[in-house]
Amino acid sequence: MNIAVCVSHVPDTATKIKISGDNKSIEKAGVTFIINPYDEFAVEESLKWKESAGGDSKITVFSAGSDLNKETIKKALAMGADEGVLIKTENDLDSIGIAKVLSEELKSHNFDIIFCGKQSVDFDDSAVPQMIAEMLGYSCATVVVDLKLEGNKITAEREIEGGREIIELEMPAVIGAQKGLNEPRYASLKGIMAAKKKTIADKPAASYENRTEIVKMNTPPEKQPGRILGTDASTVAELVRLLREEAKVI
Amino acid sequence: MPNKIVAVLEQREGKLKRFAFEAVSVAFKLADELKLEKEAVVVGNEIENINEIGSYGISKITHLKSDKLTNYSSTGYAEVIADYVNETGADFLLLSNTALGKDLAPYLAVKTDSGLIVDVVNINTSSGELIVTRPVYAGKALADIKFKTPKKVLTIRPNIFKASPLNGGTPEVTVKEVSPSNLKSIVTSFKKSEGKLDVAEADIIVSGGRGLKGPENFHLIEKLAEVLGAAVGASRAVVDAGWRPHREQVGQTGKTVSPSLYIACGISGAIQHLAGMSSAKYIVAINKDKDAPIFNIADYGIAGDIFEILPALTEEVKRIKS
Repeated sequence: MNIAVCVSHVPDTATKIKISGDNKSIEKAGVTFIINPYDEFAVEESLKWKESAGGDSKITVFSAGSDLNKETIKKALAMGADEGVLIKTENDLDSIGIAKVLSEELKSHNFDIIFCGKQSVDFDDSAVPQMIAEMLGYSCATVVVDLKLEGNKITAEREIEGGREIIELEMPAVIGAQKGLNEPRYASLKGIMAAKKKTIADKPAASYENRTEIVKMNTPPEKQPGRILGTDASTVAELVRLLREEAKVI
Repeated sequence: MPNKIVAVLEQREGKLKRFAFEAVSVAFKLADELKLEKEAVVVGNEIENINEIGSYGISKITHLKSDKLTNYSSTGYAEVIADYVNETGADFLLLSNTALGKDLAPYLAVKTDSGLIVDVVNINTSSGELIVTRPVYAGKALADIKFKTPKKVLTIRPNIFKASPLNGGTPEVTVKEVSPSNLKSIVTSFKKSEGKLDVAEADIIVSGGRGLKGPENFHLIEKLAEVLGAAVGASRAVVDAGWRPHREQVGQTGKTVSPSLYIACGISGAIQHLAGMSSAKYIVAINKDKDAPIFNIADYGIAGDIFEILPALTEEVKRIKS
């Protein structure tokens, strides 16, 4: 089986975000970047699919961005993916741009299945998996927490408000992984050593002009700390009164 | 400047979702401010309350009808909506940023060569130009963004914009039979989660964290949630520990929520958690540690023992509600 995984390189979720001097982006200095947490579920799923398909199955990892993204590609290689491709972009792209440069590269490989995280925890668009599918003419399911393959048919369970949708889709497909799909493995020392010998090809990105433009970026206004009403259950009546009369929310 | 805005409305099981009316109200307002024609489309088979749209300011409603689209199909929906949009020359699509809207909007943006901006929480047209605000980095920052393309697809965060009913307005519903050819991805059934409300849709959320000490104590959270008609939420720590299902997780790798009231119980307030809930209108924190970061963003706090306070709070709410 010919398998792809797309990964993105994002600020650690513990990062406190500061706005940079241009007021249009975040300050990257001093920020630790990691593999997008949802992409770890995508990588793990690709490894499981490769293991069950066997034969000469192969996993190629793609990332669009700068040389720094190689660190995240290496993380996927250390978990067990076979080779990497960095699509080098000149500037930050919007989600359609990311999907476009990835698709232009993905289309020549004829992948059977492409795994992505359901969203990147930077711009949180939750859009790239669907866009890749649309651009390549693949079927797609995102926010997937359970996945089965029978013949050429995939059954996916997707998390929505109040429950799960069961989706049937045909191969080739793009899957957007949600937390809960699997338990991502840790890269073993052997995996980390093996990753050093795996190749990461550099490819130039297809040209694309962003369709949206960031005018300004702010941090949200600091919320004023409220009142600590007390330290025991005798405060409860006052709390309920405030919620009812002042906040009017209950 | 665009000339026609279309609100793409969500229905499930033949009934329009309440967020659909928020989308109609926003489209109505935008049409007024930007001098656009306006209409609404709904995809599905039978839809019982379609006439209600009229009272929110949009009278031209098109029902793209097919028995093949009784259930959601991303490929089928995208095909029939994009066809309709291309036929009618609409160039601005507005959806709710719900599970369905989030899934569908990217397909529509690609199919119609539009720019896409999602999860919008504020819309400003005062300069004559459309500038929208959306949270990024899970709400740790806000970005003001504009479209550079004439064609636009935009999704609005649920629970932020008000659905405002207007007087009068007779809806004109046109039923257009469609037959989607691409059903490569289709929903075959729905498994309802056990129990209650979903945090993403709830107006009140009662969330528990490590301070509960174990999964067996979550009944205290559930009881308070029940008397308030609230959803149960959870911190990442307790989800990762397997005490609660992931669907309840609030925060950066869980759900971002904006309820009217968020009650955090035994949650210290890690930055990832705060990012997911700090846009709640009112926040109550109950935590033993008075220095916990959650108190920095709480409107009201009780720095005490949740095992004592939660049952008392449940009783008090019950008392005033009866």
